[in-house]
Amino acid sequence: MSTLRVYVEGIGLWSPQMADFAALQTLLSGSTPEPPAARPTAATLPPNERRRAPESVLLAVEVAGQAVTMSGRDPAALACVFASSHGDQPVTDYMCATLAQAPMEMSPTRFHNSVHNAAVGYWTIATGCHQPSTAIAAMRASFGAGLLEAVTQVIADRRPVLLVGSDTRSSGPLAEVTHCEQPFGCALVLAPEASASTLAVLELELTPGLPLTPPDPPLAVAYLSNASAPALPLLAMLVRGSGRCQLDAAPMLGLQVDVTQVDAENIDAKQFT
Amino acid sequence: MRNLMTPLAVTAYTATSALGQGLTAQLDGLRNFRSGLRPNDFSSVPLSCWIGRVTGVESTSLPHGLASWDCRNNRLAWLGLNQDGFLDQVRAARERYGSSRVAVLLGTSTSSIGASEETYRRLDPDGGFPDDMLRPLLHAPHSLVAFVTAALALEGPGLTVSTACSSSAKVFANAERMIRLGLIDAAVVGGVDTLCDSVLFGFNALELISPAACRPFDATRDGISIGEAAGFALLERADTAPQAPQLLGYGESTDAHHMSTPHPEGLGAELALNDALERAGLQPSQVDYINLHGTASLKNDEVEAALVSRAFAGGTRASSTKGFTGHTLGAAGIVEAVIALLAIKHGLVPGNLGGDTPDPRCSDSFAWRNEQQQIDVALSNSFGFGGNNACLAFARAGFSA
Repeated sequence: MSTLRVYVEGIGLWSPQMADFAALQTLLSGSTPEPPAARPTAATLPPNERRRAPESVLLAVEVAGQAVTMSGRDPAALACVFASSHGDQPVTDYMCATLAQAPMEMSPTRFHNSVHNAAVGYWTIATGCHQPSTAIAAMRASFGAGLLEAVTQVIADRRPVLLVGSDTRSSGPLAEVTHCEQPFGCALVLAPEASASTLAVLELELTPGLPLTPPDPPLAVAYLSNASAPALPLLAMLVRGSGRCQLDAAPMLGLQVDVTQVDAENIDAKQFT
Repeated sequence: MRNLMTPLAVTAYTATSALGQGLTAQLDGLRNFRSGLRPNDFSSVPLSCWIGRVTGVESTSLPHGLASWDCRNNRLAWLGLNQDGFLDQVRAARERYGSSRVAVLLGTSTSSIGASEETYRRLDPDGGFPDDMLRPLLHAPHSLVAFVTAALALEGPGLTVSTACSSSAKVFANAERMIRLGLIDAAVVGGVDTLCDSVLFGFNALELISPAACRPFDATRDGISIGEAAGFALLERADTAPQAPQLLGYGESTDAHHMSTPHPEGLGAELALNDALERAGLQPSQVDYINLHGTASLKNDEVEAALVSRAFAGGTRASSTKGFTGHTLGAAGIVEAVIALLAIKHGLVPGNLGGDTPDPRCSDSFAWRNEQQQIDVALSNSFGFGGNNACLAFARAGFSA
C-alpha cells in the first residue's frame, strides 16, 4: 500500500473562540483572537435559508464557505464529504421530545432537517453542486474517517473534494451521552495535484489504532469538548506548516498524517509538462 | 476523468425484510407476488398506514458479550447477519486477509434512534437518562457500524454513510475506492434501518405516507409505506472469485434542488445513471433489468418514470419492489441491490407489485407482472432526501461489456 498524498488548498474553522483559521494562527502564536458572533454567518446560504437553517447547517456551511473561498475553487465543482458524529443535536432532541409527548405534532421541516445529510444538502443547493456528496459518521473518529474517505475520492477519481467535519453543541437530555459542550467545525479543500493554490501537502498512512493524547493548551479543552474536535491536531500542524499527527479512522485503525510544504519547483515544472 | 471500473466480486449477499429472513424468503415473496406489508401495528401511538415489519426482531437476542448494543436496529442487524451463511463468509475473508484488511461500510438513515426515542419516553423524574439507557454508543448514527464491526471482529476502516435513502447504495462506491487504492482487500457493505417513530411520524408530517399499502407507479398512488430491513454483501477483487456475480459500476450525484422533493427533470438521477453506465462501460441497451427507486410518492415516481422513458427502450425491463418490502429508507439500497442480484441469478424480473392502474407516464419497459428471462446486467436506483442519488450496476459472472 502506497502513501496517500493530497494537496490542501483551503482551510475553514469555527468555534465559539475562533472565527476562522487565522484565529487559530493567532491563538497558537500566544494571543487571544477576537471571538466570532454567537451564530456562524454561513454567508453562502441565501438570506431566507440562513434564517431557517438549523445550527448544524449554519456551522457546516460556514466552515465550508471559508475553505472554498480560500481555495479559489468553484464550489459547484467540488465533491463533498461532510462528517459529523451526531448530526444536528438540537433537532434530534426536538424530535425525541416531540415523539415522547405529541408525535402527531411533528414539524415537517424539522423532520427533513433531521437527516444526517441535511448540511450537505443545503450546501449543494446553495452552490448548485451536482457532484457526488456524502454524509458520514464514526463517533470521535468521524473527522479521521471523513478525511480518509475524502482522500480516497481525491486520489481514486482525480477530483478536488471539500471535506467538512462538524458537530453542534449537545442539547437536552441527550447531552448526558453525547458530551459536546460547545460547537466545533472545520473544513479542508483537497486536490489531487499541486497548484499555485496549494497551502500544504498531506501524506497519509493507515496504522494500527494508537492511544491518542489531547494536544497541549490552548487546544486541550476544545479537543475534548466536541466529537469533531479531534481534527485540531491536524489544523495545528497546518498552522505550523509541517509535522506529523495521529488521528483515529476507526476504533482499531489509526491515520498517520504528515504535513509538509509544497515544493515550489515541482509546481513550476508541472505547468510545463 | 474517470476510467472504466475494474469489476468487483460480490462473494456473499443476504437480505432480511418484511418478506422474511434471508434470500429464500425474498425470492419466495417475489415469485409468489406476495406483499410483506401489513397494517401499522408498531408506532407508539396509532397511525393509520401500512408498514413493512420484519417478523422475529423482538425475539432475536445479541450474542453474549455484545448485550450492551441491544436495541431494535442492532437486533435486526444481527438477525440479518445470521442468514445465508454470511457470517462464515466474512470469517473466511477475515482469516484470508487479516482483520485490519476488511472494512465495514454500512448505510443507515436513523440507526438506533429508536433507542433514543424510548429513552425520552421514560426519562428519570429529574429529566435524566435511565441507567439502562446510559450507553453513549447507542445514541449516535454510528451505532450500527460499531456493533457490526464488533460482532464480526473486524479492525479495518469503518464508516457510517447516512445520506437518507441512498445510504446503503453509496457504500458500494466507498468499498470500490478503498479496494482500488489497496487500503483493504474486502469490504462488508450494506445497511440496516428499523421502524421507529421518527420516520413514521416524520413522513406523516410531510404528508408522504399512504393510508393503504403503497402502489408504486400506479396512476392513483398516494404515498409511501415505510419498511425495515437489513442487508449485507461482501465485496472482493474479481480474480478471487471468478464464479461470483459482479459489481460493474456505480454512480453518485446530487440534485442541488430541494431537501425533500426530487429535481423536477430528474437531473441528479440521470447524472447518477450516466456515471454508473460510464464506469461499467455499458450502453443502456445492455441493461436487462432496473430495480427502480419507485417509492410510490407522487413526485419520485413521476420523475423516475420519465427518466426510464428517456434513457431506455422497452427491451430493458423496469420495476419497483417497494410494494413487496415497503420503503426501507437507509436499507433500500442494499435490499434492492440484493433483489437485482437475485434477478440475475434466477432470471426473474419482479413485477411492479401495486401498480394495478399504471401511470400513463410509464413506458413499455415497465414489468407489471413477474417475467422470466435471462438477466445478465441489472441496475438499482436509490435516491434520498437532500437530493442525494446513487445507481449501482451488477452483472452475472463472466459478463463482458
